[in-house]
Formats: sequence, structure tokens, C-alpha cells
Amino acid sequence: MSPLILVRGLRYRYDDGTAALNGVDFRLDTGETVALLGANGSGKTTFALHLNGLLSGEGTVEVCGVPVNPKNLAEVRRKIGLVFQDSESQLFMPTVLEDVAFGPLNHGLGPQKAAERAMAALQQVGMSAAAGKAPYHLSAGEKKRVAIAGILAVEPDILVLDEPTTFLDPPGQRALGQLLSALPQAKILITHDMQFARAMCSRAAFFKNGVIAEEGSVEQMARRYEWDFIAPRTT
Amino acid sequence: MHHVTLDRWSRGASALHRRDPRVKIAAVLVFLVVLATAHRELAWLGAAMFVILCIAARQARIPLAGVLARAGVVLPFTIVFAAVSWLAGDAARGAALVMKSYLSALAVLLLVSTTPLPVLLRGFEMTGAPRFLLMVAQFLYRYLFVISEEAQHMRKAAMARGATVGGMAGNAARFRAAAGALAVLFARSYGRAEEIHRAMLARSFPGYFRPLVELHFHPGDITFLVLGMLTPIALRVLIERVA
Repeated sequence: MSPLILVRGLRYRYDDGTAALNGVDFRLDTGETVALLGANGSGKTTFALHLNGLLSGEGTVEVCGVPVNPKNLAEVRRKIGLVFQDSESQLFMPTVLEDVAFGPLNHGLGPQKAAERAMAALQQVGMSAAAGKAPYHLSAGEKKRVAIAGILAVEPDILVLDEPTTFLDPPGQRALGQLLSALPQAKILITHDMQFARAMCSRAAFFKNGVIAEEGSVEQMARRYEWDFIAPRTT
Repeated sequence: MHHVTLDRWSRGASALHRRDPRVKIAAVLVFLVVLATAHRELAWLGAAMFVILCIAARQARIPLAGVLARAGVVLPFTIVFAAVSWLAGDAARGAALVMKSYLSALAVLLLVSTTPLPVLLRGFEMTGAPRFLLMVAQFLYRYLFVISEEAQHMRKAAMARGATVGGMAGNAARFRAAAGALAVLFARSYGRAEEIHRAMLARSFPGYFRPLVELHFHPGDITFLVLGMLTPIALRVLIERVA
């Protein structure tokens, strides 16, 4: 079976000379949900930005068999949806409906079809009642749902979510978990929330110094790298 | 974005809001030309046009006091030039400058307050305005809010750490701190603007905004176009004739 994402020898250096990725190899198969773990600055987000063609480094990145390069960006971005950590930055249109329809419109759908697609995506995330609202009137959890709807409206094959539980309260995290579990797409979750990763992901890749140091189950990674919060001892 | 008053006003449902942006643009353009080229009986003409704009604002259910106050944003600039004219011995010219600039601002404000920005820009695009210019306008509009939001965040953070709001006159340390904060504000806004742009690219932003509404002329638009273009011309001719 051909992989949904295949990355080989990906290297990237920022303009200031900082080496962010030092030869990443990665594979994502249909139906998988994979957690990307690792310290801040280890290269997880930089890696995710390459999958959508927002950054371009050395090495090869293929999404659904399509090489990620300037010629194929429109096709790649139809196949892979990127949900950013800060929903505030992702919601930039005056109303929720316009924001969710932004992607479909850019992919060539007419206004009516794009609006229908946006409404369907909003229904999928339980936010159809907010269609006419301004995004900045929503709670953090609602913003996250709308941001996900904006991606779902493009009907991608893969979802990449950067720190999806940030700013969410526990009920919001639960609701997000239920929503993501119900979505059929393959997913990559960049997260520090080990409880969320354990509940959602069948596999984890641990980033260290710009490479994937190890892959395995979330539990294995947590033990191997002591990647859980442990309450400090009080005397 | 806690202060998008104009955007909120533009989302109304009055007859003026429902008009096609192209006819509103044409009407405002004629209004501006008629006003700018007038040089006789300016007081009467100005008063008549002011009344028309107030009626339009009421009809559009826009708070009259709010829109009149916002149009005053041009006054600090024009009053300077008016003062120069007055000092040069041409007080009438100075008064005309203030009146014309205020009424022009009010007309443009009414246009912006009754047309959501993406629709307005689509209207401009369909009337032949350069797409690049329109994109710059849209980004400017969006990023002004980014700067404003960042400023609000920074203000809250400063207040939480004991900063007080006060004048800067005679206080060099405060002035230096404010200047530094301004630099940080722009750096943060730049970073935020980049994030937004990245999010737009991730959703295949082609370099211009495609609006969710399609523009169609309706019979009401034709009527508005005729009335909107003829009224200022007729008013001016009538006032100049009577005088």
C-alpha cells in the first residue's frame, strides 16, 4: 500500500543559520493517527510546515504520491490540511462562514457551492449555529472547531494539527478528541499533551535536534524519554 | 478585534446595504466630483448634501452620532490647511476646505459602513480598479486590526505589572519606555501578520480574496444608481440657479 506521506532525508536551515531539520525520514499510512513528540524547538512544527509546502528544504516530501514542490502546491494543499496552534491567526475573515469557505473558494468552487461545503463542515464540527458570527466572538474551543472546519471544508485526505489542545479546557479537550476520533482522515498530531496523545494516536515519532530519534507507541516514547508530567514532591 | 465598528455596521440589512457595491461606488464618485468642483453657494450646497448623507445614514440604521464623529477624523489634517488659508487672508477658502473634506469623508464612510469590505473590494475590482491596489487595501485593513490587538495585549500585560496610564510630557524615561514598547509592538505585529499570511497560504490563498457573494444587478440597483448620480448634480444646479 502506498503511503499518504513519504518524507526522505528532509533538511532545513532557517535564514539565521539555525539548522531546524537534519535529515528527517517519515511515513504516514492510511487511517493512521501519529503523534509528533519532542522538546520545543526540536523541529516538529518546521517539519509540519514542509508537508504543506509552506517551507521548502532539501530532501523529498510526497503527499498522496504527489511531490511537494511549487508546481504542485495547489494539489498538495487540497490533500493535506494544516490546523495551526493559534486559531486566532487562522481565522481572519469577518464571519465564520466566510472563513470556512475561504479554502473551497480558493480551490475554484463557486460561491454557492463553497458556502454549502462550508456549512457542511461547520455541521460536522457542531458549529453551524455560529456561521454568521464574527470569529472573535467565539470561545477558544469554538475557534479551534471552526479552524478545523476551515480545513475539513477542503475535504483533505490528511489532517495535521499543531498543539490542538492548547488553550482548551478539559471539556473542550474531550470534545476535540471525540471530534477527531470521528473523522476518517489520517492525522498527525503535534502535541505535548501525553494524555491526549495516548488516547488518540496509534504511533508516535520523537523529534530530537531536528531528526526523528525514535518511533514506537506513545507509551514507549513516554517511558523512553520520560515525557510525562510528574508532580514535584512536597515535604 | 474588539473594535470593528465599521465592519459591524457594514453587515446590516437595510435597503442601502443590499445595493450592489458598484452602484454605491458610482454614486459616491459622482457625489465627490460634484462637491469637489463646486465653488458657488457652498454653504447651501454643503448643508443640503449634509442633510442627504444624514438621511442615508438613518435609512441604513447606522448610529448618526457615531458616523458623524468618525467622519471628523479628517478634520485635524484639513484644519491645518484651513488655518493656513485663513492666515493668508482667504477665510472662505479655508472654510470650504473643511466643509468639503468633512462631507467627502462622511460619504466614503457611509459607503464603507454599508458594504462589507470583501464585497466592496469585489465591486471596485469589477469596476476596473487594479487588483494589486485592492489587495494592499485589504491587507492594510486586516493588519491594522493585528496591530490594534497586539497593542491591547501589551497594554494589559503592562497594566498587570503595575504600569500606569499617564502623560509623557516632561518625563524622558516614560517617553523612552513608550518608544521601546512601540518597537516591540511592531515586531510582534510583524510576527503575527506572518502567521496569518502562512495560514492563508496553507489554504491556497491565490493573492486575492474571492468573495462568498456573487454580484448581481437588481431593479432597485438601477433606481439607486439613477437617483444617487442625479441627486447631487440636480441639487448643485438648483442651488446655483436659485442663487
